[in-house]
Amino acid sequence: MVDTKITLSGLTLSNPVIPASGTFGYGAEFAELFDINILGSLSFKGTTLEPRFGNPTPRIAECESGMINSVGLQNPGLKAVCEHELPKLAEVFKKPVIANLSGFSIEEYIECAMAMDKQQNVGIIEVNVSCPNVHGGGMSFGVSPKAAAEVTRAVKAVTTKPVYIKLSPNVTDIVSIALACEEAGADGLSLINTLLAMRIDLKTKKPILANKMGGLSGGAIFPLAVRMVYQVYEAVKIPIIGMGGVSSAEDVIEIMLAGASAVQIGAANLKNPYACKEIIEDLPRVMEKYGINSLSEIIGGAHA
Amino acid sequence: MKKSIFTIENNERLTQDVYKMSLRGDTSDFKAPGQFVNIELEGLYLRRPISVCDLDGSNLTLIYKVVGKGTEQLSRMSRGKTLDLLTGLGNGYDTQKSGNTPLLIGGGVGVPPLYLLAKKLLAEGKTPTAILGFNTESDVFYENEFHALGMEVSITTVDGSRGTKGFVTDAMKNCEVYSYTYSCGPELMLKAVYRASVTEGQFSFEERMGCGFGACMGCSCETKYGYKRICKDGPVLEKGEIVW
Repeated sequence: MVDTKITLSGLTLSNPVIPASGTFGYGAEFAELFDINILGSLSFKGTTLEPRFGNPTPRIAECESGMINSVGLQNPGLKAVCEHELPKLAEVFKKPVIANLSGFSIEEYIECAMAMDKQQNVGIIEVNVSCPNVHGGGMSFGVSPKAAAEVTRAVKAVTTKPVYIKLSPNVTDIVSIALACEEAGADGLSLINTLLAMRIDLKTKKPILANKMGGLSGGAIFPLAVRMVYQVYEAVKIPIIGMGGVSSAEDVIEIMLAGASAVQIGAANLKNPYACKEIIEDLPRVMEKYGINSLSEIIGGAHA
Repeated sequence: MKKSIFTIENNERLTQDVYKMSLRGDTSDFKAPGQFVNIELEGLYLRRPISVCDLDGSNLTLIYKVVGKGTEQLSRMSRGKTLDLLTGLGNGYDTQKSGNTPLLIGGGVGVPPLYLLAKKLLAEGKTPTAILGFNTESDVFYENEFHALGMEVSITTVDGSRGTKGFVTDAMKNCEVYSYTYSCGPELMLKAVYRASVTEGQFSFEERMGCGFGACMGCSCETKYGYKRICKDGPVLEKGEIVW
């Protein structure tokens, strides 16, 4: 009997499989299909202080082995999430969840983190630093080690829950940003977020997305995710939640070998709503195939 | 929503670029006309949403227009091939509000979902009539099928090669009294019908989708009563909530 348990900042997860924020809503659509309590945890739809409709449609474009989205952080806002969505989520998912937060200023991150700190079913706070800083000329917090560290310190100061910073891959040196977050007190890192991408419609000769650009996800970005997790693992001591195009039990093991302690599944959920379930059920077979007794023992196994 | 495997029974061409596919499988999750399926296709990352034209026991009929890689792939499939479908998606049309003489207005590949709707309305003892709009005579499909249900059908073509010349709204002018408006078609047509319609109604929308079952927020729209997901809270919206 193989062991799929892993631990993340003191939380024990029955397996490393976690649906990624924005691809699983608040679980309800999937709970209609299967008992989602088989999941290791669940990172629910990203929360912002104010309700957001997001970007105009079309918000979705497709490419070889992936998709591009420009949803634009649509969510009902912090108050509605805490009052309505989290209690509903707690009815279908009994384990601690991951609260993914976004902000357009340091103050917004702080307010969101303070509210999530009080939520009993939130086990980890995951901070999305890919949003533009409205006070910093619109540059994303996640592209500068200084700004990423500033967000990390601010959030850490207002919560006792583990804080994971979700890193953007749209940077020249992800390691320097990872190190800055670690130094600022981050308990862990989530990587990678989507890659900035574009498609153009030959019929209209204009970008397909109304927002012109969006974030690329899906199998197309998996090798990039593996490389970045590998590089960051070499540099930091805090745990990494690996993600980016993970679509199979084999991918889970591969990104864990690169250095991930847990794994998020994103776009695969949209293509196949049973993706997480199938990956969890397939893990023991693939572990046996590759002579792996315990998943927690393979974390970073690809490093010398 | 259910995910299951369907087998193609038949796949035939109706017009130059419109095809009719009959499949057999588990149809137990469909609840209303106007719902859709999301089809997994080889080599394509996202599924393709297609509205349901007809349901009969375990038989499912889809009518689709070849517009891109996905529908082109569908058009080349033949009997016996299996497809992975998400079924029972979307809200569909509500027939409770129709009154006795609802008017069904479809344009192009917006026509198919109105066929199952017409069947349901007739089964409920109502007397629906239909206006089906196309560009030209060679684009016309399903006129006979609607007639065979025993209902009044008017055809419009933009070039006047068949039926009333002009748009569906031109034929609407000849409609004396109707109790409710059901519509499906291109957004410009829906908007024109929305303006011309003198009753309450329901309009079915189309949008590029990520998942098709409400998880990704890829197809959201604003309504008078908040944000809705076309795939999950739609594709059918009530006239009174549409922001136009």
